[in-house]
Amino acid sequence: MKPGDSLAFAGGALSGNRLRTALILLAMAIGVASVVVLSSLGDAARRYVIGEFSALGAHLVIVLPGRSETTGANPSMFLGETSRDLTIADAMALERLPGVRRIAPINVGATPVSRKGHSRDILLLGSTPDFLGIRGFHMEKGRFLPDTSADQATAVCVIGKKVKRELFGSEPALGEWLRIADRRFRVTGILASEGTSLGQDTDELVIVPVAAAQSIFNTQSLFRILVDVRTQEQVPKVITRVEEAIRQRHQGDLDVTVMTQDAVVGAFNNILNTLTLAVTGIAGISLIVAGVLVMNVMLVAVSQRTAEIGLLKAIGATGAQILRLFLLESALLAILGAALGLAIGYAGNQAIGHWFPKLTMAAPWWSEFGAIVVAVLTGLLFGILPARKAARLDPITSLQRR
Amino acid sequence: MIELAGIRRAYHVGNQDVYALSDVDLTIERGDYVSIMGPSGSGKSTLLNIIGLLDRPDQGAYRLDEQDVTTLTDDQQAGVRQRTMGFVFQFFHLIPRLSAADNIALPLVLAGVPADERRTRVDAVLADMGLSDRAEHRPEELSGGQRQRVAIARAVIMRPSILLADEPTGNLDRHTGEEVVTLLEGLHASGLTLLVVTHDPALGHRAGRQLRMEDGRIISDTQSQPAP
Repeated sequence: MKPGDSLAFAGGALSGNRLRTALILLAMAIGVASVVVLSSLGDAARRYVIGEFSALGAHLVIVLPGRSETTGANPSMFLGETSRDLTIADAMALERLPGVRRIAPINVGATPVSRKGHSRDILLLGSTPDFLGIRGFHMEKGRFLPDTSADQATAVCVIGKKVKRELFGSEPALGEWLRIADRRFRVTGILASEGTSLGQDTDELVIVPVAAAQSIFNTQSLFRILVDVRTQEQVPKVITRVEEAIRQRHQGDLDVTVMTQDAVVGAFNNILNTLTLAVTGIAGISLIVAGVLVMNVMLVAVSQRTAEIGLLKAIGATGAQILRLFLLESALLAILGAALGLAIGYAGNQAIGHWFPKLTMAAPWWSEFGAIVVAVLTGLLFGILPARKAARLDPITSLQRR
Repeated sequence: MIELAGIRRAYHVGNQDVYALSDVDLTIERGDYVSIMGPSGSGKSTLLNIIGLLDRPDQGAYRLDEQDVTTLTDDQQAGVRQRTMGFVFQFFHLIPRLSAADNIALPLVLAGVPADERRTRVDAVLADMGLSDRAEHRPEELSGGQRQRVAIARAVIMRPSILLADEPTGNLDRHTGEEVVTLLEGLHASGLTLLVVTHDPALGHRAGRQLRMEDGRIISDTQSQPAP
């Protein structure tokens, strides 16, 4: 039997029962599409987060209170728990280290801000003038924080555009006063929109001098210190110097974690890659389910087409030929289903990319490849049993049925 | 060309052996027209299936064209079936999703005959059967007589030497049955060995040689001059 004829025969058998074929194609397609979409989604999230971090600037060293035994992200990074406070004095000491271009101590917290009866909760960030340059933010209007010593709690603030709109409306805000927690601050500048960065929307941010933030939050401790190193080559040396300086200042204890941008990015990369794989694996299970459905459909096909199989044997088909024909049928189901699934997956990616433009949806090469391979393998694997059943049918008993 | 010696075929029903064929000896010459008659359960279909290599005897020897075919593997037997046997069934056994032409071409497809050669051969057979205008019709669009003619066309498309018909008129009215028999006899006249299983005496008596079976044995074997 020629390959083209086998294909035509198997294809004809599939189109002979359109509804069942369509349903099984759908099941296979959903499996493949979910693998493609979910892995793309995971990968897009990973690239998005990595991109966010990379926007911070390359030669950044981050100092966190609390010591973690391993490198990478650790709970203290998020919770800010510590054994000994990381203070503004520590930050000022780091600024004097060789190789350090500038630093930005940071305190962050949610707090209410109000003006003339309008009140809302915002994210308050305390830092120093260099923060603007380190984060790459820009001013829309006015000036950023005054260039005074970091431990001076000047009552000035810089506000995001949305905060300005909600508290001042169309009135001018520069030079006006507003109330943050229980203190009054004068607005000296308005931040330009930078979009959302690391979960902070610059439009919804209020920035005050770090010492002012500390007194609002009633703490001596910093959330973290960003250290901008002059060149990439100096980064390892600066890390050592930072650790040494903190150890001296903290009575010989190294109770901070010093990490580089790369370590943070690497940690997130690992986490998100693992997450992508896990989600893809779950989607992959639906492919196995689709495989079982293929088997079910083929078993039904074999018993419905018993007479046909008997006839094929009577007119000279060997068991191997019949096995091949039925395997080809399930393989066709799997391949067509996988192709349909890829198309649906791409369409899904396009749709998600359209609605969430920040996510660049592109399926990682391994997910498309893997989805097709798994689809075809399950189709073939689960096709073996029905095909063997067909090949072993006894022609006489098969032909006795009408 | 067909030589059966001491053929025995038993089926297990419960824990009893039921003999469908016991010690059947039979020789059929090339070009014979043989009818096999007998009540149901007499073993006539089993005999036909064994001659057609669809079934294997438990005991005995079957020589086809001087060759022992009982010892062949399943695949070798499939090859012999393909080259030398044509089957016609009571229920036609046409594949419903295929057109008449495609049903007829099926043995050629299985044998790997190229498509253009298939087309010429199928067209020729369709013309012989008077079915040229029905080539693209599906079985469900054909009458019973037409279906059986398509099935006969399929049986002879490989140019077999033996044509095995199991109740070929059993599902047809008398008139169309008559047409089908005339067709089969025409094929016999052109040189095919024709074996017909039937319990219709009118059909059985038209054969040159008539076998009667009962309880798995051949009880009578009569030669008659075919009607002129």
